[in-house]
Amino acid sequence: MLEFILERGNYWAIIGLMMIGLYIAFAATNLIKRLIGLGLFQTSIILFYISLSRIDGGTAPILFGEDYKKDKGHGEAAEHAGEHAADAAGHGADAAYGAAKAYGEAGMENIYSNPLPHVLMLTAIVVGVATLAVGLAIIVRIREAYGTVEADEIRAMDLEVAIAEAAADAEQNKAGAV
Amino acid sequence: MIEFISSMVPETLAAHAPALLIAIPMLMAPIAAFMPSGRIAWILSIFATGFAMVMAIVLLSQVQSIEGGAVISYAMGGWRPDAGIEFRIDSLNAMVLLLVSTIGFLAAIFSWPTVLAEIREAKTAMFYAAYLVCFTGLAGVASTGDAFNLFVFLEISSIATYVLVALGASRDRRALPAAGNYLLLGTIGASFFVVGVGFLYAATGTLNMAELAVRLESVQDSKAVFAGYAFIVVGLGIKAAMFPLHQWLPNAYAYSPSFVTMFLAATATKVALYALVRFLFTVFGLEFAFEGSTLIWILMPMGIAAMVACSFQAVFQTDVRRTLAYSSVAQVGYMLLGISIGTAAGVSAGLFHLVNHAVIKGALFMALAGVVLTYKGTSLQDMRGLGRSSPWTMSAFAIAAVSLIGVPLTAGFQSKYVLVSALFEHGWWWAVAVVMFSSLLAVVYMGRILEAVFFRAPANPNKRHKEAPLLILIPLWVLALANLWIGIQGGFVAGLAEDAAASLFIGGAS
Repeated sequence: MLEFILERGNYWAIIGLMMIGLYIAFAATNLIKRLIGLGLFQTSIILFYISLSRIDGGTAPILFGEDYKKDKGHGEAAEHAGEHAADAAGHGADAAYGAAKAYGEAGMENIYSNPLPHVLMLTAIVVGVATLAVGLAIIVRIREAYGTVEADEIRAMDLEVAIAEAAADAEQNKAGAV
Repeated sequence: MIEFISSMVPETLAAHAPALLIAIPMLMAPIAAFMPSGRIAWILSIFATGFAMVMAIVLLSQVQSIEGGAVISYAMGGWRPDAGIEFRIDSLNAMVLLLVSTIGFLAAIFSWPTVLAEIREAKTAMFYAAYLVCFTGLAGVASTGDAFNLFVFLEISSIATYVLVALGASRDRRALPAAGNYLLLGTIGASFFVVGVGFLYAATGTLNMAELAVRLESVQDSKAVFAGYAFIVVGLGIKAAMFPLHQWLPNAYAYSPSFVTMFLAATATKVALYALVRFLFTVFGLEFAFEGSTLIWILMPMGIAAMVACSFQAVFQTDVRRTLAYSSVAQVGYMLLGISIGTAAGVSAGLFHLVNHAVIKGALFMALAGVVLTYKGTSLQDMRGLGRSSPWTMSAFAIAAVSLIGVPLTAGFQSKYVLVSALFEHGWWWAVAVVMFSSLLAVVYMGRILEAVFFRAPANPNKRHKEAPLLILIPLWVLALANLWIGIQGGFVAGLAEDAAASLFIGGAS
């Protein structure tokens, strides 16, 4: 049992971070803290993908040694470059699917980690940054309009406005009926 | 008509239609942002969305060129589909693309007067840039065949949407917290989706949706796939405003600029719902052990709960925009109910209602935009007597309202009829009773509004006889007449929905 837990230490850490992030995003009343929680949540997802890409004994996905020479040998022509990259990515994907076996079939000497999740996470980081930027900009505007960044105070102010509107509405209704 | 338009398009353009549909609006967005005046940006966005609509028509005619629907596979940038990103257009994609781009085009035309009134002049060019980015994202979701790429497009459209919603602040400051809330929930939804995609990738080693469908068959009992499935359904459920996850929607619709409300109500939740259908039926498929029970124990009860609970909430709102927002969640319930039947007839009913609801809500919110423009407020009091002071706007509103209720000879009736017959076929007669009950509630909440509009004296006798400007009236009447056209001769849209459902059940996995 203990071994089962310890073997998956990275996943436990990811789950922990994810839950902390979600809790902050929902429970904090300060809007900036909520965004920080959201950031934590997104970061845990990045860690999750990076964990997926690791292969036992794998190294950084840059061809070296025999693999590099072989690749250079029949990769002279520039138009083949794209095809090679495509092959590499395809093999990377297969590696996660059929473990290291696919590498043998691809004729690689060394074992490489799967580069694809890293690339995906670069995109996810950009998305996260954009979300954070828009979120902070909205909070700046909220602070200008309400004078506070506490969610419960904002809710109280909105409630007052809504009650006043409803009262004005009822009055108008009465006037209309007469 | 479709053949004529697609025959006018040069062959090189037609061959790259899937890429151009996304690329032109995307490139136009930064150009629009740097335009010195908002008017040029407006014309650019009409051009970009109109071009996208033509491309969508071309794609539809290409898909329909083969009996049963062709599948167009477009390798983005020339990369092989298993390594690069594949754009994959089948009958379902073509239908959603046509819907999004047509609504986008009409919305772009109608936007100018309301944007001029509600957005500060210095910001109008940026506003159109954000609109084009949002449009790009939605069209991207509807055409990509790559699961991670779908996440990226979903976020592109969502981030632009948060900005657009927050711009309502110049009219009502409550737009800001609404946008903040939407940002929080929308990001959590998208993140859930991406976690789910991660699980699927770990189990299968591919991100291509068609390839995922093939490989998932051999790892169906894996716990990672179960977890991924749950994450994806919840994540897309938030984006599609599935019943208990809809809390962001009413405020976001009620306080954003009227143009944004109209565009979002007609497209954003629909596209998320498309993504949900795509994952439920193409990627996982009905053989997936979890799916049958999800449809019966989650989607169906949630759909029914939305139909009843949100219709009730709609009855008790004093602001017309909020009434329509709650009614939107209720209508998503109809679509979920249709999808949860899990047969071709049920899914096609759900998709048919998806298109019809976009046309109905588009018309309703467009008419409301006209009201906001001329008379400012949208509370039930403000609507009084408008039937006399602006008959053209309000009669289009009435057509759409009647269609929302589901009166015969309107679009709403056609799709509800198809839904009810699919329910009977499946033996869920009690669900038919709920559909009837929910329609009755629709009579109540739309009836309240129509009564105020046509049979009450104006609350403010000073209201002059004033119509919405022609730029609003023309797209509004196009949508209103579309309601009647679908209602009287529903064959075209119903055929699209049937083809789309058929492609999910027969040709979807191949």
